[in-house]
Amino acid sequence: MSAGRGRAAWSGAVVLAAALVVAPVAAVLLDAVAGSGRTAGWEVPAGLARMVQQTTLLLLGVAAGTLVLGCGLAWLVTAHRFPGRDVLVWLLVLPLAMPAYILGFVFLSTFDVAGDVQVWLREVTGTGLQVPVRGVGGAAVVMSLTLYPYVYLLARAAFAQQSPTTWEAARLLGASRRRAFAGVLLPLARPSLAAGLALVMMEVLTDFATVQYFGVRTVSVGVYTTWRQTYRFDLAVQLAGVVLLFAVAVLAGERLLRGRARFTQRGGRGGGPTPSRLAGWRGWLATGVCVLVLAGGFAVPLLRLVLWAAAQLAGDGQPVDPRFGGYLLNSVVVAVLVALACVALALVVGHAVRLGGGRVVRGAAQLTTVGYAVPGAVVGIGTLLALGAVDDLLEALGVPGGTGLLVTGSLVAIVLAYVVRFLGPAHQAVDASYAQVRPQLTQSALSLGAGPWRVLTRVHLPLVRPGVGVALVLVSVDAVKELPVVLMLRPFGFTTVSVWVHELASENLWSLAALPAVVIVALATVPVVLLFGQVRRADRREQASR
Amino acid sequence: MRRPALMTASALLACTALSGCGVLGEEEADLQVYSARKYGSEDVFAQFTEETGITVDFLFADNAALLERIRTEGADSPADVYMTVDAGNLWNADQQGILAPLDSEVLEAAVPAADRADDGTWFGLAKRARTVIYDPDQVDPADFDAEDTYTGLTDPQWRGRLCMRDLDETYMTSLVASLIDLHGEEGAREIVEGWQANEVEVMGNDVLVIEAVEAGTCEVGIVNHYYLAREQAEGKAQGVELYWASQEGAGTHVNVSGAGVVETSDNPADAQRLLEWLATEGQAALIDGNHEFPVNPDVEPDAEAAAYGPFTEMTLDAEVYGSLNARAAELLVDAGWE
Repeated sequence: MSAGRGRAAWSGAVVLAAALVVAPVAAVLLDAVAGSGRTAGWEVPAGLARMVQQTTLLLLGVAAGTLVLGCGLAWLVTAHRFPGRDVLVWLLVLPLAMPAYILGFVFLSTFDVAGDVQVWLREVTGTGLQVPVRGVGGAAVVMSLTLYPYVYLLARAAFAQQSPTTWEAARLLGASRRRAFAGVLLPLARPSLAAGLALVMMEVLTDFATVQYFGVRTVSVGVYTTWRQTYRFDLAVQLAGVVLLFAVAVLAGERLLRGRARFTQRGGRGGGPTPSRLAGWRGWLATGVCVLVLAGGFAVPLLRLVLWAAAQLAGDGQPVDPRFGGYLLNSVVVAVLVALACVALALVVGHAVRLGGGRVVRGAAQLTTVGYAVPGAVVGIGTLLALGAVDDLLEALGVPGGTGLLVTGSLVAIVLAYVVRFLGPAHQAVDASYAQVRPQLTQSALSLGAGPWRVLTRVHLPLVRPGVGVALVLVSVDAVKELPVVLMLRPFGFTTVSVWVHELASENLWSLAALPAVVIVALATVPVVLLFGQVRRADRREQASR
Repeated sequence: MRRPALMTASALLACTALSGCGVLGEEEADLQVYSARKYGSEDVFAQFTEETGITVDFLFADNAALLERIRTEGADSPADVYMTVDAGNLWNADQQGILAPLDSEVLEAAVPAADRADDGTWFGLAKRARTVIYDPDQVDPADFDAEDTYTGLTDPQWRGRLCMRDLDETYMTSLVASLIDLHGEEGAREIVEGWQANEVEVMGNDVLVIEAVEAGTCEVGIVNHYYLAREQAEGKAQGVELYWASQEGAGTHVNVSGAGVVETSDNPADAQRLLEWLATEGQAALIDGNHEFPVNPDVEPDAEAAAYGPFTEMTLDAEVYGSLNARAAELLVDAGWE
């Protein structure tokens, strides 16, 4: 049967994708072992216990924060009607466009001991009041505010994808709205919640700028500082290994949270629960909660940045960097390329798993998410090493001159490294959508003689479209914000907006950094708005079909 | 049915094709500089090009990342010149064998022997001092230990009044490395623990330390002098004073930013010429606007840096920083320094 042969090809593609992700990581590990001159034995890096403790605390804090915000808000907007709900439903995604390191900086300059609020309080009260806001607590607040959209997006997609019949059946059997949510809807959305949380955890794990502002010494910070301070790359890689262990724990946690249960839909189209109208003060309370989260995670910090940037432009009369357009173009080109590449690969992987690839394929599919848990700089070095090896191999095979530096320090290297880094979120989002497609549907399509390709285009794609939209947004926003990879791999004369912010911030020229920071936020907002358009059209279709 | 493989391949091919379509940087200049030192480099290199006709491209990135990149690129590396801050970083690049020894009379005459490698692999070009700042409304500078100001801050009278820097940059580590050199590892550990016993507040960057002293949340901080000069040139931090540390003892801790020629350079002659120019005619351009001290004794510092008055420098032994930096970092991490 031709479908069988086709399936083998699809499975092969998944293994290839996994190899692509694993190669740079493996290259780094090998290089570290070779470079250290030690084949065995593990030096315990200084301060490891404290790093592990701080990392764990931060992970738990942000997990709790993003789960409450993300899941709570998703439930609020999908199952209720209240003033402004139709606009808020997509506005709530906006904090995704606010990089945690930028929010962290604004937060500290506002609320820290030497920040405006406390200085003002001391003036007003005439006391020596000093409230420390740095540390794990402050970092967890800032990260929850910027990362909850991961959970929100996936949870909302899961609620909306569910068929109203499930909900109505629960209600007809006498369950209250709350009970139907907690007992029926929430368990059904569990795979999506788990996927969203896993993404958040990975982001927290690999962050190094935000935690550094807050003086939190996570394992990732340890990787960078060890590398910088001791010149011991092998020690830094060992610590990166600890980051990977955390990531494995997160992925295992995700499996646990998903449980063994597989929920799929029966009958009816998506559309989620029938919304109830929140009347009177309750409605306004719901509006207030949404507005508050938005203000804290997006609007207020953006306003501060805009004011700073405006003051800078007016005060200095300094013209904007003339190369600004070029930086912008570079950021956009990279983000678009990476988003398309990641989503295409994620679709291939999800589809192959669905075709029944067996254990090898499922394992390989899991491996494709590993890159998201590796600190950017480590992925960067791994990519250099891997490309260097390919290059040497080509030269050895007699390709004249190999590919030389055409490959290292080029856009190809950057895109490759980004794909390694961001295949995780793309896979999670697409996979969460695939999880709600009934296997029987795939099987019947196949048994009716449709080839794998046709099943993908005619059956799967229309069903997983919400996941694909989310994946495109997550990856492109992430790519605009990413810094270590592009710093490591960029060719001469190639600057992105995030590099521009970093150059100014690294010199503590914060007032100058406000303008590019605003640009990053604006740029990252574009895919979010595009997604909103798609979501709104889908919502309209749902409403029309009711 | 090779469509999946095709899809994967074409996604990758599309990237490659697009990457080749001139989205890359501009065409190659005569010299490629890898620099971990940012301030105003573009203007300096533009001036160099104007005076010599040699064009320069430069790439700014984190020091560790740059070194790793040069190492990985190996013989293919386009880098001609490596620039960075901190003598420890320069020494380490030399240890990794990526720098070529130069034999240049111009450089040997312009750069004092203490501020360059003995074998001519790297040369300091500008100097920064890491010293004490204070709030004159709260602190009488007579209370500082004029002989050993850094150690003096372990005295209980400074309890709850100190702000210092985290481990993000090498600044703090280099300072502690010099303390290890002066007082031995145990002595340095006692000093760090003494600061901690005084409830030192550790901050994410030097400007935050200056702002904290200005806001009155700390009374004494330790920063690189040019950060204060920069803030004050902008009319900020007017209520903060600088104190030259340890003037009656070993002198104030100084460090350099500098450069070397990369061993695999395709254009070592022009690379050497750039270094020579930076150490002589280019000194003023190099320190212009960032208020570092020139390394060349024949060149005057800018007005802001000169305003802090002359001071005695601690002897800089790059080898010491380089070899002790890792130990200093470990010591600080062990002590639970942020």
